[in-house]
Amino acid sequence: MIQLQNITKKYKTVNGELTAVKDVNLSINKGEIFGIIGYSGAGKSTMIRLLNGLEKPTTGTVTVNNQEFSSIKGQKLRDARQKVSMIFQHFNLLWSRTVEENIAFPLEIAGVPKAQREARVNELITLVGLGGRAKAYPSQLSGGQKQRVGIARALANNPEVLLCDEATSALDPETTDAILDLLVDINERLGLTIVLITHEMHVIRKICHRVAVMEAGEIVERGEVLQVFQAPQATITKKFVSQITDTKETQETVAQIKANYPTGQLVKLIFVGEKTEQPVISHLVKQFDVEVSIVHGNISQTKNGAYGTLIVQINGSKDNVADALNYLNTVEVQTEVIANAN
Amino acid sequence: MLTSLFPNVDWEKMWEATYQTLYMTTISTVITFILGLAIGIVLFLTSPTQLWANKIVNFLTNSIVNIFRSIPFIVLIILLIPFTKFLLGTIRGANAALPALIIGAAPFYARMVLIALREIDKGVIEAARSMGAKTSTIIWKVLIPESLPALISGITVTAVALVGYTAMAGIIGAGGLGNSAFLDGFQRNHGDVTLMATILILVVVFIIQWIGDMITAKTDKR
Repeated sequence: MIQLQNITKKYKTVNGELTAVKDVNLSINKGEIFGIIGYSGAGKSTMIRLLNGLEKPTTGTVTVNNQEFSSIKGQKLRDARQKVSMIFQHFNLLWSRTVEENIAFPLEIAGVPKAQREARVNELITLVGLGGRAKAYPSQLSGGQKQRVGIARALANNPEVLLCDEATSALDPETTDAILDLLVDINERLGLTIVLITHEMHVIRKICHRVAVMEAGEIVERGEVLQVFQAPQATITKKFVSQITDTKETQETVAQIKANYPTGQLVKLIFVGEKTEQPVISHLVKQFDVEVSIVHGNISQTKNGAYGTLIVQINGSKDNVADALNYLNTVEVQTEVIANAN
Repeated sequence: MLTSLFPNVDWEKMWEATYQTLYMTTISTVITFILGLAIGIVLFLTSPTQLWANKIVNFLTNSIVNIFRSIPFIVLIILLIPFTKFLLGTIRGANAALPALIIGAAPFYARMVLIALREIDKGVIEAARSMGAKTSTIIWKVLIPESLPALISGITVTAVALVGYTAMAGIIGAGGLGNSAFLDGFQRNHGDVTLMATILILVVVFIIQWIGDMITAKTDKR
C-alpha cells in the first residue's frame, strides 16, 4: 500500500542545510496499523507529510495507493489526496463551520452533490459517535469530540489510507483510549490502512501492528510491536519501552523492596504471548526449594498478543536460585537480574 | 427649536450633503473592501512559505501598498487630479472624489486583511490542502470565512476613516458634509452650520461602527 524508497528530505535553514529524513526505506501493508515513534525533531512529522505530498522528498520515491506522491502535481495530486486523508494533533477544524459543515468540507472539495453530501455526513456523524452534535460549532466541543469530527472529516471521501499526526497527543488519557478504540474499529470495519506518528509508546502498544522507531531522521529499529517490546535493540527503543514497563512507580517499588528485603535476588521476568498464561511461578516454587515474592507486575495487551513483566524476589540457597533461573530460561521467559543482594 | 439653535442651517442642503457623504462612503467602502481584500490575499499568499510564495510579486505589491499608504490623503487628492479628470472628465462632485478615496483606503485595508489572514491557524490551511483543496477553494472556503470577523472589523475602521476622507474631499469640491462645514460654515462665518455638519458626521460614524460591531459579533463563532 505504501512504499518509501531511499527517502531523504533536506531543508534549507538560516543555519545551513538540515536533514529531516535520512535514507529511509519503508513498506507498509494494506490494512495495517503502522506506528512511527520518535521524540520531537526526529523527523516523523516530515515523514508523515511525505505520504500525502504536503512535503516532497529531496531524493527518493514515495508511492501510496499506487500513486507516486513524490512526483505527481496539480489536479492529479489533489485527486490522490482525497484517498489519503489526515487527522491532526490540534484537530484543525474550521471554527466558522458547524460539525456537519466541517465534515461536508472534503465532500465539497470532491464535488459531491448536496443531497448525497447530507446523507454521507449523517452516516459519518453516527459512525464516530457524535449524534446530536451536528449543529454545534467546534468551540462548543471537547477535545475528544473535536478529534471525532476530524476523523469523520477524514473518512468522508472513503480514503484508503488514514494518516494520524499525533492525533491523541493533545487529549487526556481516557479520551486518548476512546479515540484509539475508534481508530481500531475503523481499521477493522473499513479495512483502512492507518499510519500514525506519536511520541507515546502507549499508543503504539495499544493499536499498532508494526512500529518503526525514528531518531535524527533515521529509522533505527522496526518490527512487530510485540517483538520490539520483547527485545528492544536500540537505546532509544529501550527508553520508549520503559515508558510502559518501567514506570516511576515500578522504580520506587523496586527501590523500596531492595531496602526492605536485602536478601535474595531481584529478577525481572518478561512474558510474551502465551507465556503470560502459564503458571510459571507456581512451578518455580514447587520444583525448586526457593521462596518467591512478587514485587511488581503488569501485563500490556498489544495488537499481536500480551506482553507482561513481573519483578520477583527469589530467596534460597545459591544453587537452588541458580537452578530456578535456569528453569526460567528453559521455559522461554526472559530473565533479567536487577539486583543481587548476596 | 432647531431653527432657533441653528438659524443659518439650510436643512434641505444639509440632507443633500449628508446623502453625498453617505454615497461617497458607501461606494468607496464597497470597492475598497473588494480591492483591499484582493491585494491583501495576494500579499498573504505570496509571502514566504505560503501557497504562492513569490519574492518578486510580494515585494512589488508590498511596495505599492506602502507607498500609497504613506501619502497624506489631501496630497493624494491633488496628485490624482489628472487621473480623475482623465477617468471622469471632471474633478468636481461626489464621483470625482471616489478614485482618491479608494486609492487612499484600499492599501490601508489590504494591510488589515494581511494581518487578519496571518491570524488564521496554519494547520487549517494544511488540513484543507491535505483534503485536496485547490487554492481558489482555500481562498473562498478557508481564508475568507476563517478571518471574517477580523475582515469586518477592519472594514469598519476603514469606513470610519473614509468618512473623514470624504470630509477632506469635500473641501476641494466633492460636496458632502465636509463641504458644508467648510464653505457654508467656516467661510461664511456660520458656526452653527459647522456644528450641525459635525453632529451629522458623528451620527454617520456611530452608525457605521454599530453595524460593524454587530456583524463582527455575529460572524465570530470562536
